[in-house]
Amino acid sequence: MQLIYEQSVSGRRGVTLPASDVPAAPALPANLQRSEPAALPELSELDLVRHFTNLSRRNFSVDTHFYPLGSCTMKYNAKVLENAAPLFSPLHPLTPLLPGGSDLCQGALGMLYDLGQMLADITGMDEVTTQPLAGAHGEMTGMLLVAAYHKAKGNKKKYVVVPDSSHGTNPASAAMAGFEIVTIPTAPYGDMDLELFRQAMNGEVAAVMMTCPNTLGLFNPHIKEIADIAHAHDALMYYDGANLNAILGKVRPGDVGFDLVHVNLHKTFGTPHGGGGPGAGPVGVKQALVPFLPMPRIVHDESSGLLQVQTDSPRTIGRTANFFGNFGVMAKAYAYLIMLGREGLVQVAEQAVLNANYLKEQLKGWYELPYEQTCMHEVVFSAAKQLAHGVHAIDIAKFLIDKGCHPPTVYFPLIVKEAIMIEPTETESKATLDSFIAVMIEAAELAASDPSAFGAMPVTMPVTRLDETKAAREQTVCCLG
Amino acid sequence: MTSHYCPHTPQEMREMLDVIGVADIEALFAPIPPELRCKTFNLPSGMSEFETFARMQQLAADNCSQLALFIGGGFYDHLIPAAVDHLAGRSEFYTAYTPYQPECSQGTLQALFEYQTAICRLTGLEVSNASLYDGATALAEGALMAVRATGRSTVLVDGCISPIARQVLATYLSNQEVTIVELPPLDGLLHRDELAARLDHDTAALLVQYPNVFGCVEDFSPVADQVHAVGGLLVTSVYPVALGMLRSPAEVGADIAVGDGQSLGNPLSFGGPSFGFIAARKTYIRNMPGRIVGQTVDKNGRRGFVLTLQAREQHIKRHKATSNICSNQSLCALRGLIFLAALGRGGLVELARLNYDKAAYAKSSLARLPGVTVLQSAPTFNEFTIHLPRPADQVVAGLMAKGIVAGLPLGQFYEGAEQLLVVTVTEKRSRKEIDLLVKELEVLLCN
Repeated sequence: MQLIYEQSVSGRRGVTLPASDVPAAPALPANLQRSEPAALPELSELDLVRHFTNLSRRNFSVDTHFYPLGSCTMKYNAKVLENAAPLFSPLHPLTPLLPGGSDLCQGALGMLYDLGQMLADITGMDEVTTQPLAGAHGEMTGMLLVAAYHKAKGNKKKYVVVPDSSHGTNPASAAMAGFEIVTIPTAPYGDMDLELFRQAMNGEVAAVMMTCPNTLGLFNPHIKEIADIAHAHDALMYYDGANLNAILGKVRPGDVGFDLVHVNLHKTFGTPHGGGGPGAGPVGVKQALVPFLPMPRIVHDESSGLLQVQTDSPRTIGRTANFFGNFGVMAKAYAYLIMLGREGLVQVAEQAVLNANYLKEQLKGWYELPYEQTCMHEVVFSAAKQLAHGVHAIDIAKFLIDKGCHPPTVYFPLIVKEAIMIEPTETESKATLDSFIAVMIEAAELAASDPSAFGAMPVTMPVTRLDETKAAREQTVCCLG
Repeated sequence: MTSHYCPHTPQEMREMLDVIGVADIEALFAPIPPELRCKTFNLPSGMSEFETFARMQQLAADNCSQLALFIGGGFYDHLIPAAVDHLAGRSEFYTAYTPYQPECSQGTLQALFEYQTAICRLTGLEVSNASLYDGATALAEGALMAVRATGRSTVLVDGCISPIARQVLATYLSNQEVTIVELPPLDGLLHRDELAARLDHDTAALLVQYPNVFGCVEDFSPVADQVHAVGGLLVTSVYPVALGMLRSPAEVGADIAVGDGQSLGNPLSFGGPSFGFIAARKTYIRNMPGRIVGQTVDKNGRRGFVLTLQAREQHIKRHKATSNICSNQSLCALRGLIFLAALGRGGLVELARLNYDKAAYAKSSLARLPGVTVLQSAPTFNEFTIHLPRPADQVVAGLMAKGIVAGLPLGQFYEGAEQLLVVTVTEKRSRKEIDLLVKELEVLLCN
């Protein structure tokens, strides 16, 4: 397909702007003026629409294909959410900072306030900030809160402990907050090695970051004990909410010893992933961390009964983003929560776990299952059996593409060789799961009978396997005019 | 319980549980120790989508959206072509995720490559990533990128940069071994003497913004030379619509350009989602944060696109990554691309000109009011600062009652600025609205 720049014809326009109703102003001084207009593409509206419509058709998406990308919770995104967010489009974010301005946006402030309360209830926390713009941004906010908490207590803390199965964002976010990382290996039973963890803990550990269930899809039965050990060293327990979908209404991180959490609204709370974003990563904290929360915060003013915006507080970490986060994403998550409600959320966790265990049972005869216990919302296989025939996890992924299925996450978590990480989510029907099972079995059979067949796959897409080395070497990241 | 959302019938669930070999769903939660199980869960019961939408409409109605906005401060009320909503609203785009499997994600990948190209052409720089969260975090990432690229640890920050963005910068860098030195504004401009005194061989970067928070546009070319002379980098934060008229960051001599993409086809939406952009000279590409799309070919020689230089990123480098960012603001960046493509080369110039002319009209009209003076230290684009004969907060509150948001009072951000008001005029403000602002302000000031 041509690039949009290759379709450009000088003088064409995709939109007509209103004529000016004011006199033309004198020109800017020459030393401030652009020498030449930016070489943006020039197309008619129809050509523009065709270009992007045709591009969209070159994507697999949840609305077009089964998308069991592990760790990403690619659930169906209800359409009413898309209708709800634009209701708030005209609101200027500085409105509540103007004198009397918060009176003009009580609906928006109220929605954020209620969302915070619901997320606090779901996670077992006391307060929530909706400011963080993505999961990793929530992690960084959380680690800055951890640093501020210890600083206020006069604690000398240096390290953040993570299991080796953790998401890469965990150590990266801790590093952004100035911490050094201690990584604990996973024990043969699939959880962080408790003994090594115990040995690694000391007074210089600021926090322990855990995903629970972890990236193997396993719920750590020792989680309370881990929290107790951490607390004995005055280390805080951070809950990476990437896998919260599995335990909605079943376990609350705050009840099992976590001090702060982030949740991924785009994973657990049904907002779309947008081809890589925007997401949202609100952070919930226990009381002891509340004084450090970022500004601005929404507070309930008892005397007027109205919501107000607090812009400063003596011990705040400051500001991790402009205002109240990705507001449009919050609006969708809020609609999701009030639509599903208490029973609906419990059902989400139950059916997500049911679907993952169903796939696990149906496929374990065909693919190596490194951890056999009951899984939560996702299951991690290894393509080790197929590798014996020279077929890798990536080959199976490309086979799946040709069968009209988005591949699971492959090669993560890093601790499983040839990992295939499958997260079906609760919104998929049994029929969809059954056809996926059939395709996965077909791949396993083909790996045994004709392993060389995989090399050419995928054959049904606009392109087949791409030369990633060439991309990294040539670094062509834009098309210069 | 079968719902529109969770599709299993009781019979299907029974069949699945039988395959698994457990009696009921509860058995699947057996790995969770019983004493850890949730005891309270107070969420209200659910409702239909119709009731849900009605509730959202109620909440939306509890905001005042019928205001004439003369406020900007980094968030601008611009026109959005209808095609933007329709194309970015295609669920093949918005329900996909990060294009980790390139063969079935060429739509997103090519669009992001085209987006990166648009950002490069707008800024004049050679490389762009596939988006950051917003303009403020992009400024912080730009500073960190300069620190990495130079191996130095002092960042000089023009006090004329948006105060909110400076707060975000300070928070981002608070636990890094980086010193931030803020240069106090001088008459709404970069304090050049202060800069000269502070520049040294530990300067990683100077951060500036144009137009700045006062609306002023100044020539930073000589500043670029000064910063380069000590081996530092110039990081410019820019308002992309203004780049329809103003010199590009590359023309100014910037090494890194950042900004907020809200003004490019993204609604105000109470502050998000928008997107941040970052572009740089090619030599710094390995120091870039976030995802980058690169062009390549497939086995048959056909052009295609992939995520590239991933060894910079957290999923590979973990704590040694250039940033912790994973999810970005891809869909908002797509909106930005569609917006720019709809306007095209000539359209962006025309849009910038409309903003410039309308603001100039408002500026000269307001300047005629008794007691009102306009900050004249530099040319402006679509924002300018006026000095009022009384506190700007009072004026803004008074005009709000007339359905006008007159601007952003600077008193909460700068000492002694209680009577300063930044007025923004985009192409959406009609002459009638501008005249009304002037008239109502005159009435207010006479009373």
